[in-house]
Amino acid sequence: MEKFTLIQSRAVPLPIQDVDTDQIIPARFLKATTKEGFGENLFRDWRYDKQDQPIEDFILNNPLYQGQILIAGENFGCGSSREHAAWALGDYGFRVVISSFFADIFKNNALNNGILPIQVSPEELDGLFQAIEHDPTTSFRVDLQTQTLQVKGEKEPIFFAVDPYKKICLLEGYEDIDYLLSLRDKIETFEQSKVLQ
Amino acid sequence: MGRTLFDKIWDQHVVASMEGTDVLYIDRHFIHEVTSPQAFAGLRKRGIPVFRPQQTIATADHNVPTVDQHLPISEPQSRYQVEQLVKNCADFGVELYGLGHQKQGIVHVIGPELGITQPGMTIVCGDSHTSTHGAFGGIAFGIGTSQVEQVLSSQCLVVKRPKRMRITVDGQLPNGVFAKDIILYIIAQIGTGGGTGYFVEYAGSAIQNLSMEARMTICNMSIEMGARGGMIAPDETTFAYVKGKEYAPKGAAWEQALSYWRSLPTDPNATFDAELNYKAEDIGPMVTYGTNPGMGMLIGDSIPVPKNGLSKSFQKALDYMGVSAGESLQNKAIDYVFIGSCTNSRMEDLRVVAAYIQGKQKAANVKQVIVVPGSKKVEAEAIAEGLDQVFRAAGFEFRQPGCSACLGMNEDKIPAGAYCVSTSNRNFEGRQGPGARTILASPLTAAAAAIEGRIIDVRTLDPVMV
Ligand code: SF4
Repeated sequence: MEKFTLIQSRAVPLPIQDVDTDQIIPARFLKATTKEGFGENLFRDWRYDKQDQPIEDFILNNPLYQGQILIAGENFGCGSSREHAAWALGDYGFRVVISSFFADIFKNNALNNGILPIQVSPEELDGLFQAIEHDPTTSFRVDLQTQTLQVKGEKEPIFFAVDPYKKICLLEGYEDIDYLLSLRDKIETFEQSKVLQ
Repeated sequence: MGRTLFDKIWDQHVVASMEGTDVLYIDRHFIHEVTSPQAFAGLRKRGIPVFRPQQTIATADHNVPTVDQHLPISEPQSRYQVEQLVKNCADFGVELYGLGHQKQGIVHVIGPELGITQPGMTIVCGDSHTSTHGAFGGIAFGIGTSQVEQVLSSQCLVVKRPKRMRITVDGQLPNGVFAKDIILYIIAQIGTGGGTGYFVEYAGSAIQNLSMEARMTICNMSIEMGARGGMIAPDETTFAYVKGKEYAPKGAAWEQALSYWRSLPTDPNATFDAELNYKAEDIGPMVTYGTNPGMGMLIGDSIPVPKNGLSKSFQKALDYMGVSAGESLQNKAIDYVFIGSCTNSRMEDLRVVAAYIQGKQKAANVKQVIVVPGSKKVEAEAIAEGLDQVFRAAGFEFRQPGCSACLGMNEDKIPAGAYCVSTSNRNFEGRQGPGARTILASPLTAAAAAIEGRIIDVRTLDPVMV
């Protein structure tokens, strides 16, 4: 996994609540057997019409908004466990998703793919949306080491929480699987001691 | 202090811990064609085998056609995906109940019916509705593909212990009200994010009185309130269901398992991080009106008019569905009916539908009604009971097992703009096909909509039926 350190970027606002993984990547695009190429179909049905023409007023089709940071409404990533949602966001170029609330499985999938979900308060989220509305070129600085989100021009950064174990994984580019494989002996001992099943 | 059902099982499966994160041992792992190929690719890249192939079971369900399953899948990408599963299982020594196999079916239907799912187990699958298996009193939850790879390679997962919530439903369910209505009611009360961060135990007399199939319907939809999973304490109903199943323990092993399972229910003095209580008498037939399962209401109610005005998201959902705030959905004409999915595709569901439609005809305005059994086993039983004849006589199509129109991935899709009353679990935008408008409901409400051509309150039906 690519190491995550510092992201300095503009952001794309998506002020919609309960964005589910079927919107992030519709099921008909889940037929691939590799992890690449899903970015093309990110938010497919909001982004393109039935004739595959870009829908002008969708945010990703508006050149005014760009960057590696997606700012979304409450309860982002609810629904299916499909990791394809995280792959699609990553493949499109997002490294950070900011919301006031994330669905559990999505959050985990994002972290496992080097995408940082940042949970802020509803008021802070409103503030971020307003900052972009005021100036779409507003720049944001995400520092995982210090767990801060700095909006350019603002005095104080926003501090965000991140699981200490996941933080190390992201900073070092470690994956859970590396850790688990190092535990093989311990797992075997556990199996032997387990009385039932 | 007493312990909860959840904690007893979790504690038993912790291999190692660090800073609030646990390495959890997984007893059973189900895989399917859509979320596993990239995990197998990961194993190949690392050059490692599947650690415990006997604890993994594979089936093909999401991306399969529900007609002519004996023929090669016509759509090339789908065919390739299913073929990859066959190859991966062969290469890595994983048992596959693939297309055409007698034990094939929706992963959450076959696990329980074969007795692979048992109380006290940890069970995972790369599918969010894995919570279904919690009906047996186990810890079951959905995982992403990176985690599928972790379980394949180590039989463990790195996870944080969730908080515990207990949802108690006491009392007597009114006639015409089913498990599906209970869970849609609960989700409508607490919303799609209300359970996030929690593992839910469902309790109370109304839950205890449910059959295993009905309990599965409840646990199945736990994820729709954001919960990590749902579970119900194992009891005599559970044991009677598991006993004698193909994979169930036999003889002395059965007795031993039974004494372990009996020790699992939550101790009387155990505490939960959150408790919610509902009365069964307050629950009625439910329908959804919006684009997430939290947007549901009692059939007699009208679409809510939010006090602070319609938010952008709420308006977007109503626009998509072609409905307005304040509108009732009773008597709303519909175009399609889908009876199936891991929520409602088992024998009890099919029996309820068949009993009601016997001697009746699909309404002329309903373009198509498809009934999709959850597994080959359900299909065979339905045929043995003659239910397939009843469906066909009524103008319904009786298909072969799979996820079908639940997810708009395989060939079964609902056209844009059409209303579909569906027994599945998600009414997201485009879930049943681009532009499709899904109304979630119980199998009886769906069957009644098929016959009447519109949504009705099933409590008005002949009481014998309900
Ligand atoms: S029936 Fe639907 S919800 Fe269930 S596993 Fe299949 S696609 Fe998922």
